[in-house]
Amino acid sequence: MDRMLQIEGLTKQFGSFTAVDNISFSVNRGEVLGFLGPNGAGKTTAMRMVTGFLTPTSGTAYVGGHDVTAEPLEVKRRIGYLPEGAPLYEDMTPSELLAFISDVRGLSGASKREAISSAASRINIEHVMHQAIGTLSKGYKRRVGIAQAILHDPEILILDEPTDGLDPNQKHEVRKLINEMAKDKVIVISTHLLDEVDTVCSRAIVIAQGKIVADGTPADLEARSELHNAVTLRLPSTQSDKAKTAIEAVAGVDRVDEASTQGGSITMTAYPKDGQVVIDEVSAALKGAEISVQEIQAERGRLDEVFRRITTAA
Amino acid sequence: MGTSWAICKRELRAYFTTPLAYVFIVIFLALNGVTAFYFGALFDRGQADMQPLFGFLPWLYLFLIPAIAMRLWAEERKAGTLELLMTLPVSTFNAVFGKFLAAWIFAGIALALTFPIWITVNYLGDPDNGVIIASYLGGFLMAGSYLAIGGFVSSMTRNQVIAFVIGAAVIFLFMMSGLELVQSAFRGWAPDLVVDLVRSYSFLVHYDAIVRGVIDIRDMIFFVSIIGVFLFANMVVVDLKKGA
Repeated sequence: MDRMLQIEGLTKQFGSFTAVDNISFSVNRGEVLGFLGPNGAGKTTAMRMVTGFLTPTSGTAYVGGHDVTAEPLEVKRRIGYLPEGAPLYEDMTPSELLAFISDVRGLSGASKREAISSAASRINIEHVMHQAIGTLSKGYKRRVGIAQAILHDPEILILDEPTDGLDPNQKHEVRKLINEMAKDKVIVISTHLLDEVDTVCSRAIVIAQGKIVADGTPADLEARSELHNAVTLRLPSTQSDKAKTAIEAVAGVDRVDEASTQGGSITMTAYPKDGQVVIDEVSAALKGAEISVQEIQAERGRLDEVFRRITTAA
Repeated sequence: MGTSWAICKRELRAYFTTPLAYVFIVIFLALNGVTAFYFGALFDRGQADMQPLFGFLPWLYLFLIPAIAMRLWAEERKAGTLELLMTLPVSTFNAVFGKFLAAWIFAGIALALTFPIWITVNYLGDPDNGVIIASYLGGFLMAGSYLAIGGFVSSMTRNQVIAFVIGAAVIFLFMMSGLELVQSAFRGWAPDLVVDLVRSYSFLVHYDAIVRGVIDIRDMIFFVSIIGVFLFANMVVVDLKKGA
């Protein structure tokens, strides 16, 4: 595994405000890194420094061994970048825009035509290639923005909120595309959609107030949830007290919360101590107390809960 | 250099896909006609030359050239495309030069479209075509230096109207420095050296020399160095203000 993207002590100050505060991490080929954080956490600023748009106050990023502060052009050649909000020249058509990007990236002749048609077909914009970008819907604009980022088949793809403003079908398409490209590239996406992290990312970094507050696989993050390995069950409300007593008697269970009552059934959640697996013990205890359970399931943990906890605690 | 050309082509296309190019060319030619024939009395003065046109050109350029230059950077900043452009493998110099070149070519096309007047003058009389060619060269160089100033001002703001007004004001200062109005204000108290220095920065002084048919290398160097200085300032501003 080679380190394609390495970030060392990256810091950006705007006046006395520190937008990105000494972040370091590296990403290997084949990884899809989800860059998470609340709005204003410094995601976009960090991406702008990595892509050479902003100059870091201190620290730097290495892309394929090239220092972005020393060799910005080498870095920019290796990166495909979708800036936040997908800004595009609205008076151009996608076909003209992609031709312009090819020219700037030094593609010409057959390789230029090949690059444009392959990007257009992968991102599914072939039928709008000759309409002015300003007249396209938000979803198409976003797709044209992604097409220009993947045009030169970059080793590193940095996408700032790639699915923002897309409908569920388009989101699915973009996520599928990211998964397809993930094998031989480094992909960094910023998002505040947590289901996106689950579906496309192999790793997630959470930043809040410019600092990294969590770094791990989505499963690692879920394991930090209070709900991780908790057991949720539904049973007739007449038996709720009996069930509660039985479950609370199980050694590994920390506490039991009653969530909601609906049509004679009650839903309750048993939280384990230190995230241990208690589903077998809980179901055995219920069986022992002769309680009929309508539904029982173990929780993996909820990213949104973890996200909220770690980004507000910092 | 390849990237400069790619950017230049895109910018030129941007002029011609919006109404800007056509409006500009029509107004430019109409005003040239009005000033040359009406104020400059091209026919009545009974001389076969293009002095009436080139005499008014600096004043037409004063407000028409900032109109071409104002969008160069302010528009990119406002639309956010500056981030797209400056994260492509393009050096700041190539971006600044490509944009400037496109605007200069466009201004050159507009200037070249005054050729019917040249044909008319040749048809009616026997003008000194050497002087006319020198005048076209002078006009083109002056357009370039106005554009470099306008582009520099445009890079400092995201508002095109501000870019236009400030650009025109800065160009006006450079024009006026050679006029009696400004010169006499200095002559009363400043040493001759300062008066001459102020005068030496005047567009009109250098332009008049070229338009009279005296192609002095120093006048050419003046315009080229004004272009160089303001393109450099433009680069510095783009680098410093990218994220702002």
